[in-house]
Amino acid sequence: MSIIIVKNLRKSFGTVEVLKDINAEVQEKEVICVIGPSGSGKSTFLRCLNLLEEVTGGEVLINGHDITDPKRKININKVRQEVGMVFQHFNLFPHKTVLENITLGPIKIRATDKAEAGRLALELLDKVGLKEKASSYPGELSGGQKQRVAIARALAMNPKIMLFDEPTSALDPEMVGDVLEVMKQLAKEGMTMVVVTHEMGFAREVGDRVIFMDGGYIVEENEPNELFGNPQHERTKAFLSKVL
Amino acid sequence: MDIIVAALPLLLKGLQVTLYIFVIAIILGFLIGLLVALLRLAPIKILNWIAKVYVDAIRGTPFIVQLFFIYFGVNSLNVISLDSTTAGIITVAINAGAYFAEIIRAGIQSIDKGQTEAARSIGFTGAQTMRYVVLPQAFRRMLPTITNQSIISLKDTSLLSVIGIADLTQQGQIQASATFEAFKVWLAVGVIYFIIIYLLTLIANFIERRVQVR
Repeated sequence: MSIIIVKNLRKSFGTVEVLKDINAEVQEKEVICVIGPSGSGKSTFLRCLNLLEEVTGGEVLINGHDITDPKRKININKVRQEVGMVFQHFNLFPHKTVLENITLGPIKIRATDKAEAGRLALELLDKVGLKEKASSYPGELSGGQKQRVAIARALAMNPKIMLFDEPTSALDPEMVGDVLEVMKQLAKEGMTMVVVTHEMGFAREVGDRVIFMDGGYIVEENEPNELFGNPQHERTKAFLSKVL
Repeated sequence: MDIIVAALPLLLKGLQVTLYIFVIAIILGFLIGLLVALLRLAPIKILNWIAKVYVDAIRGTPFIVQLFFIYFGVNSLNVISLDSTTAGIITVAINAGAYFAEIIRAGIQSIDKGQTEAARSIGFTGAQTMRYVVLPQAFRRMLPTITNQSIISLKDTSLLSVIGIADLTQQGQIQASATFEAFKVWLAVGVIYFIIIYLLTLIANFIERRVQVR
């Protein structure tokens, strides 16, 4: 069964329709990369998957739960624990240390024992190569380090799905590699990932499928080699000719 | 000088009353302010409106009128009977509460939306997000303004002497008329207020340095 199912998703901000009719499915352990020009709706699409944006119409099913059900029988907070998210601007908690950023969720939401949460956090920090920064504050880290901590923070809830919203767009070029490396590792371990990105190299190398969005629609989706090598639509061709 | 030495024990007794009222009123005022700020930001229109009316009413009227309204006005209804100290504490608390509400609201709104989104995406409820993520950061930012308002409220307590509370100002009045040494007595009263407020500022600065966001 698909772990994410999106049916006829629509989203408007006031009178502006940002998502017009989105249909998509993501299988377990799949890595989906979403590309497209600015304003195409790709970030909004991603944010609808954990209901950071209220949807205007259509359905989003996460792990079989219809999170857009107007009757709201689903506890969205429970669903969000299973769906980690990484933001363009990291959004680490500046008043907490790196370790506390990672343990806050497990301790307060899952009632995990403090020592156990700390042990798990150090394990995750080790994985993203930042074990020695455990007691630093976010303000003392570089952008790339912040983003890796943000990934560790999301992983601490042991999610089934990870959403990435342009995770490298706010980074200095020399920091991008470290973050992408962590994401590649994650993909290799079988994490289900939806990645909104401008990193075409990453999409090509790591993505199982690439979705091209423009004007609030999914224009084209295919395996990376097909989509990049043999785009079917004019708009895809025009976009790729500009970014490749 | 011996005039001041003779008056000092009574002035310090007055200071005790001033500080007693100030501490209780400022704590109550802060809790009122927090509650009203949350009502103001709640996604429910009627609550926003109630909070706004309260804040506007307090900000739009003089402190002394609020004091008379509560001490004389409310007491004249013969429903409850407030002694002067209770009426004084209530007035200072309600007055400070309105200003604190605006300070706290602005502080909460100054925290980047991304903080809330990050907390919610982890699975925190709205209330948990406020408690663990937004408020701790907002309070650090608000601290200078909170100190400022606390100092204003401390000075406002001097007006409570009008309803017969034996605070520092009231004791000053008694001593000034008993000794016919108004200049010296009021200078002494001023110095005592100044020292207390100066100490308050030092404490606030210390806390501010301790909790600074890195």
